[in-house]
Amino acid sequence: MSDSRTPIADPDPKAAARAKYEPVIGLEVHAQLKTESKIFCTCSTRFGAAANTQVCPVCLGLPGVLPVLNERAVRFAVMTGLAVGSTIHGRSVFARKNYFYPDLPKGYQISQYDRPLCEGGGVEILVDGVHKRIGLVRIHLEEDAGKSLHPEGKEGVSTTRVDLNRAGVPLIEIVSEPDLRSGTEAYHYLTKLKQILMYLDVCDGNMEEGSLRCDANVSVRTRGAKEFGTKTEIKNLNSFRYVEKAIAFEIDRQVARIEGGGRVVQETLLWDSARNVAETMRSKEEAHDYRYFPEPDLQPLDLDPAWIEGIRAMLPELPDALRERLVREHGIPEYDAEVLTETRSLASYYEEVASRSGQPKLASNWIMTEVNAVRNKTGQPIESFPIDAGRLGDLVGMIAAEKISGKIAKTVFERMLEDPSAPEAIVEKHGLKPIDDEAALQALAREVLAANPGPTAEFRAGKEKTFAFLVGQAMKQSRGRAHPERLQAALRTVLSEKA
Amino acid sequence: MSPAPAEWLESSAERIAESVRDGTASATEIARAFLARADSTAARLGTFLHRMPEEALATAKRVDQERARGGRLGPLAGVPIALKDNICVRGIPTTCGSRILEGYRPPYDAHVVERLRGAGAVIVGKTNCDEFAMGSSTENSAYGPTRNPWDLARVPGGSSGGSAAAVAAREAVLALGSDTGGSVRQPAAFCGVYGLKPTYGAVSRYGLVAFASSLDQIGPFARTARDTALLFNAICGRDARDMTSRPEAAPVELDALERGVKGLTIGIPRDILTGEGIAPAIRACFERASKALERSGATLVDVTLPHAKHAIATYYLVATAEASANLARYDGVRYGLRAKDGNLTRMYEATRGQGFGREVKRRILLGTYALSAGYYDAYYLRAQKVRTLIRRDFADALTKADALLFPVTPTTAFGIGEKVDDPLSMYLNDIFSIPASLAGVPALSFPAGFDEAGLPIGLQLAGRPFQEETLLRVARAFESSDDAAARIPAIAKGGA
Repeated sequence: MSDSRTPIADPDPKAAARAKYEPVIGLEVHAQLKTESKIFCTCSTRFGAAANTQVCPVCLGLPGVLPVLNERAVRFAVMTGLAVGSTIHGRSVFARKNYFYPDLPKGYQISQYDRPLCEGGGVEILVDGVHKRIGLVRIHLEEDAGKSLHPEGKEGVSTTRVDLNRAGVPLIEIVSEPDLRSGTEAYHYLTKLKQILMYLDVCDGNMEEGSLRCDANVSVRTRGAKEFGTKTEIKNLNSFRYVEKAIAFEIDRQVARIEGGGRVVQETLLWDSARNVAETMRSKEEAHDYRYFPEPDLQPLDLDPAWIEGIRAMLPELPDALRERLVREHGIPEYDAEVLTETRSLASYYEEVASRSGQPKLASNWIMTEVNAVRNKTGQPIESFPIDAGRLGDLVGMIAAEKISGKIAKTVFERMLEDPSAPEAIVEKHGLKPIDDEAALQALAREVLAANPGPTAEFRAGKEKTFAFLVGQAMKQSRGRAHPERLQAALRTVLSEKA
Repeated sequence: MSPAPAEWLESSAERIAESVRDGTASATEIARAFLARADSTAARLGTFLHRMPEEALATAKRVDQERARGGRLGPLAGVPIALKDNICVRGIPTTCGSRILEGYRPPYDAHVVERLRGAGAVIVGKTNCDEFAMGSSTENSAYGPTRNPWDLARVPGGSSGGSAAAVAAREAVLALGSDTGGSVRQPAAFCGVYGLKPTYGAVSRYGLVAFASSLDQIGPFARTARDTALLFNAICGRDARDMTSRPEAAPVELDALERGVKGLTIGIPRDILTGEGIAPAIRACFERASKALERSGATLVDVTLPHAKHAIATYYLVATAEASANLARYDGVRYGLRAKDGNLTRMYEATRGQGFGREVKRRILLGTYALSAGYYDAYYLRAQKVRTLIRRDFADALTKADALLFPVTPTTAFGIGEKVDDPLSMYLNDIFSIPASLAGVPALSFPAGFDEAGLPIGLQLAGRPFQEETLLRVARAFESSDDAAARIPAIAKGGA
């Protein structure tokens, strides 16, 4: 999260110009809902099937077919609206959005327009330790279009192939207020939104597969100005990083344009992630007139308030509430809680480790450092992490009970990644048991002193510093298993004996 | 003793189904009689776009076998029926009278087709219609016009002209059409048969190629009031695949049709009858019929439909707006005609330019305009508001009366070619049928007389939502006191 986002160094002449302007950014996020079937027919929504195998007369838009609304899609959209504090309208209306494109089978998309399902609400983000609320305009339901593929043809021949498996997959469009002020804030907003959707289990959040997509509206205005500047819309933002970069690029472009005496032209831009530039896709004059009108094939969507309240009552604990609870109940720092609530399953994992070990902070440290280090390398979700919460809890408990040192524990942890045995068994199996018996430690001390006659003589001659070397040798000899304090005591005892 | 095959042509669907069920008639014999009739008349009339003799005989054979096995037969067992070509039948060409769907075969059956198959009906073919049901004469078909069985120089009405003419010519006992602004009722009136536009939501639209979704309803054609009820009963009811279909939709009780009109109040919307342009013969027929109903025991009351005068303007904004979206899918990408032309935009333009006829293009343009930015409020939105007022007019009038009686059309069938270059005068022909469409109420066209040229006159009954039974009951009472429905056009006289 904090890699590659170091601010550009200040000698940058752009920075001075940028300081005069305030960027204003709003995002439109499309999230595919995780329903089994499509929004208006019973075809599967599964990703990755062979092209045009998950289609039927309805999602193909054949003559004579009609849409039948999937109740689950409505439920998921309502869950999302409730989770972000939107007003859920008792009546909302589907509308046709008309435009021609080969991957749009009916020549219109069924969406919602002037009467969306959800309005208002907001999302809290934490940027550089500061909380900020990003307001939402609306959340509405709609159907996805198919996918146009443009395979490389022979010289000069362009072909387009259309896969309609995606046509009719339910989407929610989440429109933010123009409350964002930087690409970084946009990045955090998207991260938070994705986190909420995944907590609700209504979207798989997979940007590569297109389950989450984003368009950005960007404008700049002189700091202190009330009026918004002319905005541009950037499309084709396939990752949160691209969103961040594209917004930064577009802010600089708009500032440079104004500083150079020009003005920003309202247009739609396409982000080219290979070259890190945004280029004109269509101008305002070429903008579509979508000719929205109420969808006559569907009645207005009327929701029973009791049904909505039933959904509210069943909402899972959301990231903000969970973070606060972890701080409250386990006494861990807010930073830890933020990291541990990345996903609901990571938080559950943490809670189990903490309760099993009775060591909330030590548990947090182990997950944030050891566990996450491995996961960052392998990309594993916590659900398939080879050490389950029970075994990690036992390991943390053993450290706390001083049954093993932190250092040995790391060795045990490494072995546990490969070996599904309990940590105690691994300690046993690999002879990692600590040496804390006084006689054994004294025997070890004698052995080390015998092997190091020079340093031993130096110590006895009064060179206190040599003691640390002897301790290190003894620890090495024990392969780290010796109890540190007791080992030192044993060494001093033996050294004080007559030579 | 079973009647000679030719006599089946004059039988009601009710009688045919009964005879097939009790084994006194063979569905195959009956199918052969109607197929033979169509062999001799269909080409002259231009009733069918696609005939299905082999499928019909196969279905009839299955019905006979089922009967021989002692199986239960449906209410339309062995009844030959024709379907308007905008109703999808699996594997059978469905063109909607358009070039753009030439060769298109749907991979599924419409809801009504499933129901008809279940009822034992024998589908004999797909009938001609105005392209995408847009028209009042069946002259807008890309495959040539249909002719009126009463006078081959005249139109059968439209857009379901093929279905109306097929029933009038005894090429089928029953037929289905679709009615958006009068497309069942007007051709029924022109061809002298019954035509019912059910309440919006009474019949599933699943598998009906959409023209204007908020208005389209599939409706039956028949030669008797009881047969109209029989066919309505076979297709009505809630269908989970059409979210606008309603659970209130209920079959008509056939016995109830025999109760007469005593105790019923018939409303006469005087205000819509004052305008000029109603042919004297139609006016006279209307007065005669209302008197007859009064004599039979109905009470007549005057009612008003004050906003009905705005119905045509309203309709041509609402219906065209919806059509502009409904017809967007014919883009050459997935099925039907694809013009071979350069880039994507040119392919779209050429496909739709070549595939659609003039009237369809006119309506797409009109509807696109009505929905455009800056015009939406003035046109589409205002039209929706007027539509609400018209709906209220009907609701008010129908608190005072059980049914409203008025003409279906201002004139009887006009000549082929007479109005093709004057779309406005063509649109005005629907002045009496459009209001009930906008209101969503059921409306029935029933044969009520003939003009001086021997052309049929139809009158219209409109009623409360889901009260199709009342309309058919009134029409049945009139039928039993009048012989208008019993006359046979010359082309349909004698054997096949």
